[in-house]
Amino acid sequence: MTRFIRHRLFWPLVILAGLLLLNLFFTDNFFRIQMKDGHLYGSLIDIFRFGAPLILVSLGMTLVIATGGIDLSVGSVVAVAGALACLQISDLSDQNSVGGVLGAVGIALVLSVILGAWNGFLVAGIGIQPIIATLILMVAGRGLAQLITDGQITTVNSSPYKLIGGGYWLTLPFGIIIVAVVLALTAFLTRRLALGLLIESVGGNAEASRLSGISARGVLMMVYAFCALCAGIAGLMISSNVSSADGNNAGLWIELDAILAVVIGGTSLAGGRFSLGGTVLGALIIQTLTTTIYSIGVPPETTLLFKALVVTIVCLLQSPAFREKAFRRRRRPVAPSPATEEKVRVSA
Amino acid sequence: MTSIAGGLRSGRVQLPQKYIPVLVTAGLFVAMFVAGGIRYEGFATGQIVLNVFVDNAFLLVVAVGMTFVILTGGIDLSVGSVVALSTMIAASLLKDGWPAFGVIGLVLLIGAVLGLGMGAIIHYFEIQPFIVTLAGMFLARGLCYTIGTDSIPIENGTFTSFAQTRIDLVGDMWISPSVVIAVLVVLAAAYVLHYTRLGRNVYATGGSEQSALLMGLPVARTKIAVYTISGFCSALGGVLLSFYMLSGYGLHAVGMELDAIAAVVIGGTLLTGGSGYLLGTVLGVLVLGLIQTIISFEGTLSSWWTKIFIGLLLFAFILLQRLITARRR
Repeated sequence: MTRFIRHRLFWPLVILAGLLLLNLFFTDNFFRIQMKDGHLYGSLIDIFRFGAPLILVSLGMTLVIATGGIDLSVGSVVAVAGALACLQISDLSDQNSVGGVLGAVGIALVLSVILGAWNGFLVAGIGIQPIIATLILMVAGRGLAQLITDGQITTVNSSPYKLIGGGYWLTLPFGIIIVAVVLALTAFLTRRLALGLLIESVGGNAEASRLSGISARGVLMMVYAFCALCAGIAGLMISSNVSSADGNNAGLWIELDAILAVVIGGTSLAGGRFSLGGTVLGALIIQTLTTTIYSIGVPPETTLLFKALVVTIVCLLQSPAFREKAFRRRRRPVAPSPATEEKVRVSA
Repeated sequence: MTSIAGGLRSGRVQLPQKYIPVLVTAGLFVAMFVAGGIRYEGFATGQIVLNVFVDNAFLLVVAVGMTFVILTGGIDLSVGSVVALSTMIAASLLKDGWPAFGVIGLVLLIGAVLGLGMGAIIHYFEIQPFIVTLAGMFLARGLCYTIGTDSIPIENGTFTSFAQTRIDLVGDMWISPSVVIAVLVVLAAAYVLHYTRLGRNVYATGGSEQSALLMGLPVARTKIAVYTISGFCSALGGVLLSFYMLSGYGLHAVGMELDAIAAVVIGGTLLTGGSGYLLGTVLGVLVLGLIQTIISFEGTLSSWWTKIFIGLLLFAFILLQRLITARRR
């Protein structure tokens, strides 16, 4: 039993279960999933559907955080990818041509990877702190997105593009399928191949892993590029869902939500280990929280208050220092530990 | 790289390396001002510089608080929303007929208490500052919307007189009372950082928390103090913003934390902590303000160029810092 409680994902799971239970009492038919016109409908499906971009961004973020880094620029990449794709499509003579849409999507994703590689170059090549290196693109990227759309909200009317974020395929929302594919690929690459091990070793100690023959720079570059690619796909989903690109507001604050999802999922910001399942769980908690707030009739103004509350609770429950102080006060007197950020604890 | 270092050392004036980032920022500010003066008519006046102060007094105060936090190696993402919360509380209480100075006192207290709480959680529960202040950001923004989702105008006499008073200087130049407050804050903060124990402790904690602890410095008190200072400065920035805007709104100061961080970084403060000067932060705010002035003078450039320029500047300065720290090793 204690082993079960000590498991990294125990508390996040409790929170998610609690949120879902709350819905059971407050919302009728919350757990009912219906079949309409060959599509699946229901609140649970909606949580996955609206949470899809966040899950994607969080997946990329997980790998970046596992290397001990952080990527603040994902929100801007979301905006840039959506803006570029919409601009390309709006220039097409036939907006419904599948080839043209695929081309636009391809260009947007290539640009995303380039932006990610730029981040990776700053972090791995020049050696800038990740939080600062990606801050540059976070600020400049928003400007870039507005530059692409010329400060306007570019709207498109293209049914193939609409499919990415708002369409259905095989009875499921297309976004969920994209997430499932990316998740499966990532899980395969990092958990079945050595890649995950390399990422964790770079996060544990980049210099030591370089000395033991791992191309730390290469791993870092790849991780940032992958994170931006995920953000780019999420950007396409978000802009396709509303059939327009808003350089100013698309993906605003998604980086914060993604970092939260990763932290809630039990991945330490200090790097060195990561949990893809935890991240998906974390993203689902955030999305469920939003849905719950709407469905139980709390005024939407207070969404952020609830978020702050849940975040604080989850982080406190996960903090070893807090558990020590709150649950085992008698056994050990409170002593400040000098080694707050030591990597040793991460791998322990 | 060695040639640069050698060149500096063989020069007649011994230039301590620690001042280089601040000097570069100062040089950049002067260069931008001169370039603007050559390019635009009516640009090279003292009032342009003073206007930058007038329009950015609140950012200056917020950036001062951020400097304290960053010097200890932390970060405070909550500043923008605390600013918004302050304007919102001030506006709603004034509407209920509270006296102006009572409101200001209460707002400053709330800001400081928020900062104190975040600092305590960061230190005692060992959660990363990034996450704690992120939660603080959500909390403050959420409290704004709980108070009200619409903009609340401020019609209080004291506030409007603060907003409309002009303090005349020599020539035709003038500043607003907010600038005086901001300058006082900068002077007080500079005194604290360089002439008090707290200031020494801030630098020591940022340099190496573990060494500071082993030296017997009060790391806990210092870390909690910097977040309290940052919370207080954000609240004061909020008061200044409500003088400037004469309204309270939950969407005020969105993204101001980024401007404050950018100002601190452009001012040459290392984000790893332990190194940097308040003067740099002041110059950083001035550079950011001057970029906006130039873009408004240019007229044809759209507002998003501001963001791109700030991004480029950040890049240049971080690269410079990187070169300097690499040389030091």
